[in-house]
Amino acid sequence: MKILQGKGVSRGVTSGPLYFFRRSSGEIPHYTTDDIENEKSRLAQAQEKSMAQLEALAEQCRAEAGDESAVLFETHAMFVEDEDYVDCILSALEEEHCNVEYAVGQAGEQFAAMFAAMDDEYMQARAADIRDVTRRILNNLMGIVEGGIDSEEPVILAADDLAPSETLQLDKSKILGFITQGGSGNSHTAILARTMGIPAICGLGDELEQSYEGQTAYIDGETGQVVMEPDELTLQTFQEKQAEQQRMKALMETMRGQEDVTLDGRHIKLYCNIGSPEDVSAVLANDGQGIGLFRSEFLYLAASDYPTEEEQFQAYKSVAEAMGGKRVIIRTLDIGADKQVDYFHLTKEENPAMGLRAIRICLNRPEVFRTQLRALYRASAYGKVAIMFPMITSVWEVEECRRACEAVMAELTQEGIPFNPKTEIGIMVETPASVFMAKDLAKLVDFFSVGTNDLTQYTLACDRQCNDLGRFFDPHHPAVLRALKMAADAAHAEGIWIGICGELGADLSLLPTFLAIGIDELSVSPTSVLPLRAAIRESDTRACTLELLEQ
Amino acid sequence: MKQFEYTVNDPLGIHARPAGMLAKLAKTFPGTVVTVTKGGTTVKASQLMKLMGLGVKGGDTVTVAAEGGDESAAVESLQSFFAENL
Repeated sequence: MKILQGKGVSRGVTSGPLYFFRRSSGEIPHYTTDDIENEKSRLAQAQEKSMAQLEALAEQCRAEAGDESAVLFETHAMFVEDEDYVDCILSALEEEHCNVEYAVGQAGEQFAAMFAAMDDEYMQARAADIRDVTRRILNNLMGIVEGGIDSEEPVILAADDLAPSETLQLDKSKILGFITQGGSGNSHTAILARTMGIPAICGLGDELEQSYEGQTAYIDGETGQVVMEPDELTLQTFQEKQAEQQRMKALMETMRGQEDVTLDGRHIKLYCNIGSPEDVSAVLANDGQGIGLFRSEFLYLAASDYPTEEEQFQAYKSVAEAMGGKRVIIRTLDIGADKQVDYFHLTKEENPAMGLRAIRICLNRPEVFRTQLRALYRASAYGKVAIMFPMITSVWEVEECRRACEAVMAELTQEGIPFNPKTEIGIMVETPASVFMAKDLAKLVDFFSVGTNDLTQYTLACDRQCNDLGRFFDPHHPAVLRALKMAADAAHAEGIWIGICGELGADLSLLPTFLAIGIDELSVSPTSVLPLRAAIRESDTRACTLELLEQ
Repeated sequence: MKQFEYTVNDPLGIHARPAGMLAKLAKTFPGTVVTVTKGGTTVKASQLMKLMGLGVKGGDTVTVAAEGGDESAAVESLQSFFAENL
């Protein structure tokens, strides 16, 4: 029996084969070799594999989207075999005695450059096709499955840590759970796992070795244990837990369709956090009453260039429509800090959590902000959209945001494009400054939503990405809870509502404290909705106290 | 050798889709070489990347030629291909 101990960051137990995430670094190895025949045969194999993949894609495309789009993949398949392209690779092998990856990379660049230099926009854009085909051949040469999981069966995904853009590309239907060497409860892998309702364990360190690839592992997201080759007793305990998990699931089903109301009649808005339009199905499946935080970053992280107004509009509209008139709070761009996007060309910062991020980027780049606001207002005609600004510290920032909203509304009016002029505007309360300024800020907006992850980080001066802070990073710290109460009192004094959209919202042990503070809304991972509903329905606010705010 | 001239109607010219189809078609005449010439540059029609690299746009006139055992049949089907697709 082999046991690895990490930190459980998403509850649940599961078992399955371990699969290590393969990262395509974009770097192409370069070395010299005399075995040209071997390199040639590797090329032939990679070509054959690429052709087979492209033919399968073309076939899939033909079935789903028709002939027109299938032709793209057929063209790519022809590129793979193109005489000149292949000649270029072969002559590099023979003349330079280099490895085949390098030769392929060089040929790709040469032909991409040829297209990029043409004086025709359409042909210039074909450079991307050449690069795409080249990347495919390279991946096949190096055994990399881009973003994908090269396994028929679902797996437990193992990695050092996953970047937000990497988690976006994963085929989620093939993932049973996550285990990572680094990361923390606030890392994106953990957040994704909680959204998906599957177990995750992080901080396993070097104990998690690549050599475990393919072994059957039993993971427990509560205890943080990864077990391989379990003995009989361990296996039995594990199976009992799995059965208990099934029973709980069945019990939670009875909560579906029930109201979110305490025993003494206080109604709570029980909403969900989502990261992309595809998460809406999880919201509906778990009976969330709205979306309290729709992170718009996915549009930016998944793209290789600024997403257009139309792309954004379609994404927001699809969510607004799918939620059928229930509130959908969309947070404007929140990149910077741990979420980096290449094409923004942000300067590397010593301390990005306190750098140019989120609303600061938007206010400094009005054209980026305007595109997003236009898409949001256009979507407001299709559902109950609300707009939320992140990382607010000052009154002038909110005033400037409001002016940008008004300018966009004036434009749309002039263009005759429909929108809802009463679209609600809110802010994230996630900096100590916004807590101190809450009374003034509340006069300017329709709601507050507390981002507890960042509020904890900034209040306690503890980096949320940092693994070693341990007991110093305490989300239950009275300072954080008192900050919550200050913000709530200010909100209520101005007649607006306040919610929590950080991970703390789903913390059942804090529910009585939140009720005593007077929190009106809790926005949590879709899978936390039903357990939280059960807890709300068993609570009596008259019995809830503020004792945790005292030391 | 047999050849014909053709003025492209498709505003996008010989773009990826027809180029791919043309390259495919050109390979179906064994022992016959099909070429496309624009402004003094000649490429084999089977060379997809080079063919696209000619940068043929709508309104451009190209010379399509076939040489080899199957040249009559080739030119005939190439003529109808251009008329239908470009």
